[in-house]
Amino acid sequence: MTVLSLRDLRITYSTQGGPVPAVRGVNLEVGTGEVLGLAGESGCGKSTIAGAVLRLLPKSAKIEGEILLDGQDVLALKPGKLRALRWAGASIVFQGAMHSLNPVQRVGDQIAEAMIVHRQAQEKEARTRAGDLLQMVGLPARRIDDYPHELSGGQKQRVMIAMALACNPSLVIADEPTTALDVIVQAQVLRLMKSLQRDLGLSMVFITHDLSVLVEVSDRLAIMYAGKIIEEGPAEQVFHDPKHPYTEALSAAFPEIGDARFRHRPSGLGGDPPDPMNIPSGCPFHPRCPKAFDDCPTHEPALYEAGEGRRAACLLVEGVRAPATGGAG
Amino acid sequence: MGLTPLEAQVGPPEQPEGTPGDPQAPRSARAIVWGRRRHALAYNWSLYRHNTQGMIGLVILSVFIALALLAPLIVDQAEITPADTTGVPLQAPSADYPYWLGTDNFGRPVLWLLIWGARISLTVGLVATVGTMVLGSIVGIAAGYFGGRIDTALNAFTNWFLVIPWLVLAIVLVAILGPSLGIIILVIALTSWAGTARLVRAQTLTVKERLYVERGKALGAGNWHLITRHILPNVFPVIFANTVLTVSLAILSETTLALLGLGDPNSVSWGTIIEEAFNSGALTAGYWWWLIPPGICIVLVTLSFTMCGYALDEILNPKLRER
Repeated sequence: MTVLSLRDLRITYSTQGGPVPAVRGVNLEVGTGEVLGLAGESGCGKSTIAGAVLRLLPKSAKIEGEILLDGQDVLALKPGKLRALRWAGASIVFQGAMHSLNPVQRVGDQIAEAMIVHRQAQEKEARTRAGDLLQMVGLPARRIDDYPHELSGGQKQRVMIAMALACNPSLVIADEPTTALDVIVQAQVLRLMKSLQRDLGLSMVFITHDLSVLVEVSDRLAIMYAGKIIEEGPAEQVFHDPKHPYTEALSAAFPEIGDARFRHRPSGLGGDPPDPMNIPSGCPFHPRCPKAFDDCPTHEPALYEAGEGRRAACLLVEGVRAPATGGAG
Repeated sequence: MGLTPLEAQVGPPEQPEGTPGDPQAPRSARAIVWGRRRHALAYNWSLYRHNTQGMIGLVILSVFIALALLAPLIVDQAEITPADTTGVPLQAPSADYPYWLGTDNFGRPVLWLLIWGARISLTVGLVATVGTMVLGSIVGIAAGYFGGRIDTALNAFTNWFLVIPWLVLAIVLVAILGPSLGIIILVIALTSWAGTARLVRAQTLTVKERLYVERGKALGAGNWHLITRHILPNVFPVIFANTVLTVSLAILSETTLALLGLGDPNSVSWGTIIEEAFNSGALTAGYWWWLIPPGICIVLVTLSFTMCGYALDEILNPKLRER
């Protein structure tokens, strides 16, 4: 069963400087109980996709293509139906939990808020369930009467996770849920999310720029660059055996502790992410690509089959070596 | 400052300690909500009691409010009508009861005038403030939250009221509509809401961009829910702090209008006492007991409102609370 499917999703922000394409034709599927990791540099469009699923983007964003959530076309929904779908169909664990909680409301009330907005429960039931949810994320139930300022950063993030689960959504989108947390707390939160996902059979989209985090929690990985998916496949394989030079650079950027090679030659990726208003011709990665050759600036690669269940958008992928005929996918 | 013993004494015994699904006798949702409200009130009061500034303000204010409420019991209104009074005009303060503060030019005891004046001055101040706050908050939140054309239109409207000199507008309005108490209240509210609207709009703009409002939107909440649950509670401290200043301003405005001869001629307020004293040359003739006491009353009430307001702001706004 597919929970979320994006078909040729294109999102363009209109700005004073002209249209800015943030997402340029993305196809993705998330199955029931599956965790899809979405990674990429800042500005590659990953958070824009998250916002688009619940239609939370500003009015200046033009969305084309199709977003199917539980088979419903999100982009065609009327305002009332859309509000009913939000949180009940898909919920979001926002980045920066410290700012996602209303400072003047008790956390229990904020967890209950979603259930009350969706008329899933009366005040008392919602309160009981808020307590249960807090226990589920490893906080004592009596904490429902605390204000956000009485919780630590990690505890707030746990509250945000409890909130995301309040309406039993089909899909949970975690938008960089561990940024701004220290490494120890990060690990705890990740472990919690992974175990909740396993126990409840959640479908998740996990967005981050931290590839090492993604490999731990995801079943499948999708790597984005300049508004497109450039590699997709089973998480372990993509990380340990990347097919696209960009993925290779990303995974090489994580040192393996104890491995002397990383100590002597820390690896990274030169250059800057491309300006979305001025995306390079052909393969958008070619100006930074260590393996670029003559055809790269002129031929834009589509997502080619690159092994079982794997796809990569690189002309070097076996079997499609230049001169490729695949135009803009 | 001594919060620990307080917190221990706060919880009423029938309050379950926040344990959901308490296996005790079934309580309706309403009972839980009211229990929680009672609990919150008791808790806030215990915090307030330990705020020195707030308690001083509250005591002064209570004295004036008590005087205002009890005025008819202390002295009959008939006794302060110029025709029925028995005192000697312009008598200096003495130790005999109603003449502690002397008399005015009709022989009315200034003490009694002050007591009756408290009634009018406080009423005008409070009612006009409520009007100002409601009007200013609605306009400010609507402009800030909805933005776009609504904002532009409301902003133009607000600016219009801001740039008109309030005193001139007030004089014209009172002159046209007639100097009755209701009209004076209305005029004060109409001339002072614009500043509040400005302030509330600015605060709404910053609150609107906070992540928890976006989260609320993601929850599927509508505009009404977002405004009442997320925007208003976070704008409230600003509205509240502003209310404090506005009560004082409203009382001063009433005094100003009265001093200019635009007060309600049928009622005695602190402003009209000062006006009559002034017109009778109290300043040059040295009838200080007629002029200074109402002035002191105005200062005390204004000050006590400010003190209470700051104390409340500190308690109601969890971010300002000392921990």
